[in-house]
Amino acid sequence: MSQNQKAQLLQGNEACAKGALAAGVNFFAGYPITPSTEIAEYLARNLPRRGGKFIQMEDEIASLAAVIGASIAGAKAMTATSGPGFSLMQENLGYAYMAEVPCVIVDVQRGGPSTGLPTKVSQSDTMQARWGTHGDYHSIAIAPSSVRQCFELTIRAFNLSEKYRTPVILLMDEVLGHMREKIILPDPAGIKVFNRMKPTVPPEWYQHFEINPHFVSPMASFGEGYRYNVTGLTHDPLGFPTSRSEEIQAKLDKLEKKIMHNVNDIVQVEEEFMEEAAIAVFAYGIVARAARQAIRMAQQKRIRVGLIQPLTIWPFPDIYMEQMSEQLEIIIVAELNQGQLIREVMRTNCGKAKIYGLNRFDGDILTPEQIFAKIREVR
Amino acid sequence: MTEDTKKENIKKTEVTRVTKEEEEKVHVFAAWCKKCNICISFCPTGALVANKDGLPVLIPEKCTQCGMCELRCPDFAITVKPKGLTEGKS
Amino acid sequence: METITKVTHHYLRTKKKFPNVWCAGCGIGIALGAIIRAIDSLKLNRDDVAMVSGIGCSSRMPVYVDFNTLHTTHGRALAFATGVKLANPKLKVVVITGDGDGLAIGGNHFIHTCRRNIDITTILINNSIYGMTGGQYSPTTPFMKIGTTAPYGNRERDFDICSLAKSAGATFVARGTVYHVTLLEKIIQQAILKKGFSLVEVISHCHTFYGRLNKEGTAIKMMEWQKDHAIPIQAAAKLPPDKLKDKFLIGVLWDVDFPEYCEEYDKVIAQFQAQPEDSK
Repeated sequence: MSQNQKAQLLQGNEACAKGALAAGVNFFAGYPITPSTEIAEYLARNLPRRGGKFIQMEDEIASLAAVIGASIAGAKAMTATSGPGFSLMQENLGYAYMAEVPCVIVDVQRGGPSTGLPTKVSQSDTMQARWGTHGDYHSIAIAPSSVRQCFELTIRAFNLSEKYRTPVILLMDEVLGHMREKIILPDPAGIKVFNRMKPTVPPEWYQHFEINPHFVSPMASFGEGYRYNVTGLTHDPLGFPTSRSEEIQAKLDKLEKKIMHNVNDIVQVEEEFMEEAAIAVFAYGIVARAARQAIRMAQQKRIRVGLIQPLTIWPFPDIYMEQMSEQLEIIIVAELNQGQLIREVMRTNCGKAKIYGLNRFDGDILTPEQIFAKIREVR
Repeated sequence: MTEDTKKENIKKTEVTRVTKEEEEKVHVFAAWCKKCNICISFCPTGALVANKDGLPVLIPEKCTQCGMCELRCPDFAITVKPKGLTEGKS
Repeated sequence: METITKVTHHYLRTKKKFPNVWCAGCGIGIALGAIIRAIDSLKLNRDDVAMVSGIGCSSRMPVYVDFNTLHTTHGRALAFATGVKLANPKLKVVVITGDGDGLAIGGNHFIHTCRRNIDITTILINNSIYGMTGGQYSPTTPFMKIGTTAPYGNRERDFDICSLAKSAGATFVARGTVYHVTLLEKIIQQAILKKGFSLVEVISHCHTFYGRLNKEGTAIKMMEWQKDHAIPIQAAAKLPPDKLKDKFLIGVLWDVDFPEYCEEYDKVIAQFQAQPEDSK
């Protein structure tokens, strides 16, 4: 079935669901939570239409568990939630990191902490997407800033999760999830979909957590003739629990290198007007939309300010930011929280620039006027 | 071994001379046996006894090859020739 | 013709270290033998068997056997298993859990998976204690019994697991013990064959902690207790109530039919598969 090539008025959550279908999602397990429920409802209607499976589980803990189980059984699986649900999912998210299970978790962020503001926006799960569960692990989190990007980055999330055999978090927010924009979806024929690497050895030689130079192990599914063990206990390449220090070291090294040795492929940053700009606004997600407008307003007043929009939040774009630290004198980090990603900006800048936070956490978005006012204030 | 275990029906005896086939009605994988005594205690005919190391040893003439020791062993460490196959290969 | 044990050995992972990790005399190994024999007697293809467990002594079972094995997080085995089964209904999914893993932290998933009636066979080893963590009381530790976190006697009642499963919607509920090992194998066989959610409660013993704390003796004494307190359900029907006091029933306690979840969802797919994407 083909995507409609005409312009469509799509909601962000809808575009995310459509992107998932374009990426080949065939399993969704979730639990209703505002403002993400539209993704579940869209897939409840449309997954069976293409032979996929949808299930509403009893809570978010069970939802991510079912997603992981399905992925191990060979499905391309996802769930969608918001802050409180994302908190519940953390233990099983750690399991997916340890067991190297591809899956996509969409977090449509809302005001927190706790029940917070179910129908209002924030970006306050940013750090949680990196550090929410216990232990040492390396997460991938990507953040769209338009309805079109909701579609494109959902596909990218699936591709990254399959390529690196790891969970990927799609950080959306309430405004993005609920807003509508007129977009033309790309021709399905042009969409690149990546699938997990399958083993090329006979079953008796298969190591489900094989350590190789790429740090990504091929992944057989349950039922394909490769009978292996998966566990959340720290394990050897065969998936058997270990307490030997060299095997523990090797496993955790692998989890780190799998991501950190591939940052050139994983990390994406968009920039605008950054050539020779000494001032930058650093913004992601929905705030990047307002920031684009703000820097245009500034350019019109002949203020040379550029926009840095990380599409990849985690791993943080260290290399890019370290390079930019040579030219930047001022960075304004605009976030809908009390200052989370600003810590990473400071870390990678090493004190070379003056860094200002522009923070809004009252449930509404930062406006272009607010960002422009800050630019004028600090320049 | 605890006092409790000692008080239970553990008979220590010497192995009497029997034919090889009779002896191999039951085979114990000593490395896997944890000497829990379940097979010895629940043998309906008392055909198993502990040797000085605690491993089960068969009294072949008492063994009816009922297989209960095999079914109740938590460690898959004891195996019983199916009835009617005491001679020849298993 | 091979011996029963030799057949069992064929199902064990040769790359694992034996003897197994459980205490000498623990009933979990006995239950594992019965499970293997039940699967063997059904001639199931190993590639089609997925064994899913949570955390605890019982949950250490799957790693020893040559199936598709999934050792998950504490209490969540049924949720993971639901994903495995729904994504690939061809797989025969067997969940191994314990009284703590399955009914305390896992209680919510337990009742919902029963209710959903998805074709999963759950073997719950009930030793009335948290063994792996050293002897804390569990939701099936009887009133006034001792656990390390109930040093003055447990003041909570214990679950009747089979009643719970039945009330929550399980379509096959059975109870066995590790003493009554031939019955156990039979009911596990029936549970696996049953289409729908089947629960087998296996009464076992933790002589290391529960037995020691409550002075109930060795593994053998505790198995004798199982022998003396279990009554087959058919026999119980003929006995007066006073003969049933302090006893528990074993055998198949409940076996009814209800639409199975995966089959029902396949009907949804069959009905809507031809239709175009809908954004309403």
